[in-house]
Amino acid sequence: MNDKYLFNELLITGTEINYLFICPTKLWYFSKGITMEQESEWVDLGKFLHEKSYFGEEKEVQIGSIKIDFIKKGDIIEVHEIKKGRSMEKAHEMQALYYLYYLKKLGIKAKAVINYPKLRETKELTLDGREEEVEDAIREIERIISLPAPPKPLKSKKCKRCAYYELCWV
Amino acid sequence: MRKKSITLLSDGALTRRENTLYFENAQGKKPLAVEGIYDIYIYGHVNISSQALHFLAQKGIAVHFFNHYGHYDGSFYPRESLHSGDLLIKQAEHYLNKEKRLNLAKLFVTGSAKNMELNLKRWKINASFGELLKELESARKITEVMNVEARIRQEYYSLWDKVLPDGFKIVKRTRRPPENEMNALISFLNSRLYATIVSELYNTQLAPTVSYLHEPSERRFSLALDLSEIFKPIIADRIANRLVKQGIIKEEHFREELNGVLLTKEGMKTVLKAYNEELGKSVKHPGLKKNVTKQRLIRLEAYKLIKHLVGIKEYEPLVAWF
Ligand code: SF4
Repeated sequence: MNDKYLFNELLITGTEINYLFICPTKLWYFSKGITMEQESEWVDLGKFLHEKSYFGEEKEVQIGSIKIDFIKKGDIIEVHEIKKGRSMEKAHEMQALYYLYYLKKLGIKAKAVINYPKLRETKELTLDGREEEVEDAIREIERIISLPAPPKPLKSKKCKRCAYYELCWV
Repeated sequence: MRKKSITLLSDGALTRRENTLYFENAQGKKPLAVEGIYDIYIYGHVNISSQALHFLAQKGIAVHFFNHYGHYDGSFYPRESLHSGDLLIKQAEHYLNKEKRLNLAKLFVTGSAKNMELNLKRWKINASFGELLKELESARKITEVMNVEARIRQEYYSLWDKVLPDGFKIVKRTRRPPENEMNALISFLNSRLYATIVSELYNTQLAPTVSYLHEPSERRFSLALDLSEIFKPIIADRIANRLVKQGIIKEEHFREELNGVLLTKEGMKTVLKAYNEELGKSVKHPGLKKNVTKQRLIRLEAYKLIKHLVGIKEYEPLVAWF
């Protein structure tokens, strides 16, 4: 097993992987504990989906620094992530791959399923051949969060419903 | 749903039964929906049960207390839930580094002076603090900055008298106890504004105890004092002026006591109504390109300070465009 990242990556959360692919500025603020109050409807919708959509599974499983929405145990373990829509698909995918990578380091083979209850769709992923992508992401996160100041924000469509909107653009 | 501030002017008791908060006064017992409360301001004699306090702490609701004169006494500031070690270190660094601290202190005073000038212009008084601001630039010590600030404020208040109706001249701005009507009114508003700022800071990761213009030892939430320099002219002073000029606040809203003049209950009610309306008013924010309330401007000012501290954007104090 390649132990190069074993200790560092264990400190990185799924949210951080997710934010890396959404916005490095957001990632930086978040990693410093500068978080925004969760008032927007958007966030509430997320919570709602989370609470209402999947009963009967093992929910919110915390393993080290990662927190998986729920896990199904079959022949092979399935880690499930619940998402609202496809607009941040790459971020969702990388988050799921990171969980698989993390579990693999712990000697657990698993596959990931991203659930889009609103769209009634799911997407399955395995880690096969994608370890390097995850390792690149980890390196990039480490680089960004060690910067003395946050990366300059870049205005994009994402900003409009980002909780950091006021902080970035005031 | 926007959470609301609650003001308790009457005497009574704040209690909790199960998951409901109740306020009981002479009129009866009323449940308060805790999920919709942003913060609480208490002017009356209110008994609070420890269960109620536990509940408020759990919900992260700050409670601010005011004395007989309507002056700020202190806050119940629930254990802070928002922490950022990194930001705290940056805050301290900007305090310990003399240049960095001076820079911020001057920015607060400059912003404050610009807003005062703007008010005077609205009230058709010709004045500029240009000379004093030049002096500010060359200040090398915090005490010098404070000194310039005090002189600007003194000149500012003395100019008000030109446009204030008789019976409401400031003459000499005194602190507590307030010795005339206008002083009482301004102090009352400033106290409330200070508490509002404390609440806004509570909802950010800024440590309210680390400040730049004021000494951190001056008051527990000294950073709120720094920020209040910017907002006193835009919020408190404008309300005070409007209320007396439009005759909404009259002589009868004050009473004299051994220690000076103070607002009556009716007077407080009228002022607080105007204050809440003012904070709820929206203005179009040129940078954010959306409407924000005046209360939100305080939070945004805190965000600007965070950005200054983390080194992404130099703090520019709010100068009213409205
Ligand atoms: S507002 Fe835009 S730039 Fe700022 S953190 Fe959010 S997505 Fe990034």
